[in-house]
Amino acid sequence: MISALKIKQTGSRFWVDRISTTWMLAGLFFILVVPFAIFLGLLIKALPLLYDQSLWAILSGTEWSPMRGNFGFLPFIVGSVLVTVLAVCFSAPTSLMAAIYITQFAPKRFLKLVHPVIDILAGIPSVIYGVWGVLTIIPLVAGLASWFGISSTGYSILAGGIVLAVMSTPYVLNMLIEVFRSMPIGLKEASLSLGSTYWECIKHVLLRKGLSGILAAFALGVSNALGNTIAVLMVVGNRVQFPSNVFEAGYPIPALIANNYGEMMSIPLYDSALMFAALLLFVMVTFFNFASRYFIQKYEV
Amino acid sequence: MNRKSLEEQFFRRLTQLTTVLLFVVLTWIIATILYRGIPAMSWDMITKVPQGGFYFGKEGGVLNAIIGSFYLAGGATLCAIFVSLPVALFMNIHLVKYQSFLTRIRLLLDILWGVPAIVYGAFGFTLMLYFGLRASLLAGIITVAIMICPIMIRAMDEVLRTIPRGLMEASYSLGSTRTETAFKIYARKALPGLTTAVLLALGKGIGDAAAVLFTAGFTDYIPENLLQPTATLPLSIFFQLSSPIEAVRERAYAAAIILTVIILLFSLTGRGISTLYKKYSANGND
Amino acid sequence: MVMTETPIIRIRDLNVHAPDNHILKNIHLDIPKNKITVLLGPSGCGKTTLLKSLNRLTDLYPELKIKGNIYIDDDDILHPERDVSQIRQKMGLLSQRPYPLPMSIFKNVAYGLKLKGITKKDEVERRVQEYLKKAALWDEVKDRLHSSAEQLSIGQQQRLCLARGLAVNPEVILADEPTSALDPVSTQMIEHQFQELKEEYTIVLVTHMLRQARRLADYVVFIYYGKIIEHGPVNEVLDNPKEELTKKYVSAGV
Repeated sequence: MISALKIKQTGSRFWVDRISTTWMLAGLFFILVVPFAIFLGLLIKALPLLYDQSLWAILSGTEWSPMRGNFGFLPFIVGSVLVTVLAVCFSAPTSLMAAIYITQFAPKRFLKLVHPVIDILAGIPSVIYGVWGVLTIIPLVAGLASWFGISSTGYSILAGGIVLAVMSTPYVLNMLIEVFRSMPIGLKEASLSLGSTYWECIKHVLLRKGLSGILAAFALGVSNALGNTIAVLMVVGNRVQFPSNVFEAGYPIPALIANNYGEMMSIPLYDSALMFAALLLFVMVTFFNFASRYFIQKYEV
Repeated sequence: MNRKSLEEQFFRRLTQLTTVLLFVVLTWIIATILYRGIPAMSWDMITKVPQGGFYFGKEGGVLNAIIGSFYLAGGATLCAIFVSLPVALFMNIHLVKYQSFLTRIRLLLDILWGVPAIVYGAFGFTLMLYFGLRASLLAGIITVAIMICPIMIRAMDEVLRTIPRGLMEASYSLGSTRTETAFKIYARKALPGLTTAVLLALGKGIGDAAAVLFTAGFTDYIPENLLQPTATLPLSIFFQLSSPIEAVRERAYAAAIILTVIILLFSLTGRGISTLYKKYSANGND
Repeated sequence: MVMTETPIIRIRDLNVHAPDNHILKNIHLDIPKNKITVLLGPSGCGKTTLLKSLNRLTDLYPELKIKGNIYIDDDDILHPERDVSQIRQKMGLLSQRPYPLPMSIFKNVAYGLKLKGITKKDEVERRVQEYLKKAALWDEVKDRLHSSAEQLSIGQQQRLCLARGLAVNPEVILADEPTSALDPVSTQMIEHQFQELKEEYTIVLVTHMLRQARRLADYVVFIYYGKIIEHGPVNEVLDNPKEELTKKYVSAGV
């Protein structure tokens, strides 16, 4: 009786194990398939456009007039790259400095105080940052432009860059703080005992030791900025053109997709072009992420 | 003062100033939203759906968007848990022998984490067309679930990774199967961390607008079943903000406060759980 | 105890407090020149804190409160106005685990020289070679001076750290259980180096290993829970302890 019970129990335990393992495997399989599914799904939808025009013509074309079947993506690619570069130029140095101050110079209590604040800010949705951008950055940029003698509505590449920078800073900062915190204190002791000042220790030792982590944090900032939709869309102006200065409007790829999905079914090839835009964005961000990983691993000190 | 200590002083000040500047800007954001939003805040905002004339500045609220966001993010999070928890456990129990394979999975998940929400949105749209769905709560849930899965798996994975290997060996040596080790030992031990991971994904699901732009549609009503379209808070803010009427825009700021408060509640809960967890599991080495 | 030699470091009324712990209590100690002084005691008795106070690395632990005076060549290192980085260069540190700086082997040794403002290429090269030889590492690394220091074995890393410390031309070497992470062969090499180095340097060595103390020490300071129980020449303290606690520790002998 007892042994029968035991066998039965082992039997059910065995089956539970089998079923749950299968379930786990299925989940893993599902998640591994997602990136390929995204790529293929978008590619299939983009095919009509690719049959119609050569890839090179699409990527290097400068004219965007869906009604006439012209789908040149270059202005959008340029727009995306410009806002991203601006954003990283603003956020990378500021977050690095702040991370250094918070982890190296400030009293320990300060980190405990700001850590939750940073976490919370990292969680604030991008639409909120967009609202803030419209309310404060737009007039500021317009003012700055007129100070330079340029007339601008404020809705511009620069505004997009600033809003993106502010938005991605909490993420980047959080990661940088982790990088500096995970450094062994013995390394600092070693440098200081050789007679370095704190700053020399940071400059020669900590920045070097943390280089791969720091670059990874910046890369996160870049991919955040490249893909952000709503916040940029709200402040960047959305005009198909090559901006000649940062006070002019631009039109990044995500904004293109979000702005036009409503009418995409009513114009031939338009839906295909927007799906191509999504595919392009996917490829750009993924390529960037792979490349930065590879680069970081290769040059890891 | 010599050159060295001058340099030291200079950079100390510089980094300090940068930090101050950063936090001024970040508080400025919250202040701006509060300043503009509070006057437009009313009880109606959170208890009523848009009435006739809402988009001309008349009566109503954004209850449709609040409830819609909860339905959508809640549903998506539930779906994502069913995939993420097993996968994260699988990675840390069954696959723990295959480190190089694990590294590749983690890389892939990180890459997926980096894929922009709008791309998930467009992908969700292609899925929707393929399955003959229309923009609906269901389509939105599926899209957001796919989007937050990598986040949840990676966050759970990071928690599970910290569990010492010895625990697994102990569990095996008592005769547990891998499943029992996974769900009875690992999942239980890591429960607070896992909850934080879920809340992180939930917050992301609520806050994101781009993924649901194509797939969830928009409506002034609270959806009654999965196949109806649904409003979400971020989109509601976005649409109201593009209105030419001042009163409508004011209410967008109020809706922004609501969204911020919801997100704050989630992240504070998550933080609270993880500090509690740290307090009770600290072993003095930290 | 009567010290015939002139002390190089004088510690007066040193007290170190952690928030809930009085780590060092009224430490009063002279450390003689060109000798190996061993700080001996069980783990967690405050030896490491005492060592780190000597070059004010305690600054890195804001929770520690330090009172008292530590003089090296009549400079009070604990004086808040002192330029610590210069005083620290009078002391080289060897920690429990080697921490090679994230740069090449050559640059690790040259780092201290750079901080001192020595940048002439041939001068730097000459010195790097000299100190690597002193640390008995030169022959093993001379063909790969420009590869990363982190690729060395842990024993080699510790000797690199020794060379790095010597390169700033210190008077004192502070060693905090420098062999605890090393294999027996590397341990022997480090200990052998210490015997040779005491001709030119003063060495303060923290250890909890009685045998190591016996092998190396000229003077022994026995510390127990933040207090100096007994100190003096090695044969007095280890072979003829006066205090009950020291007797117990020595007879439990490792």
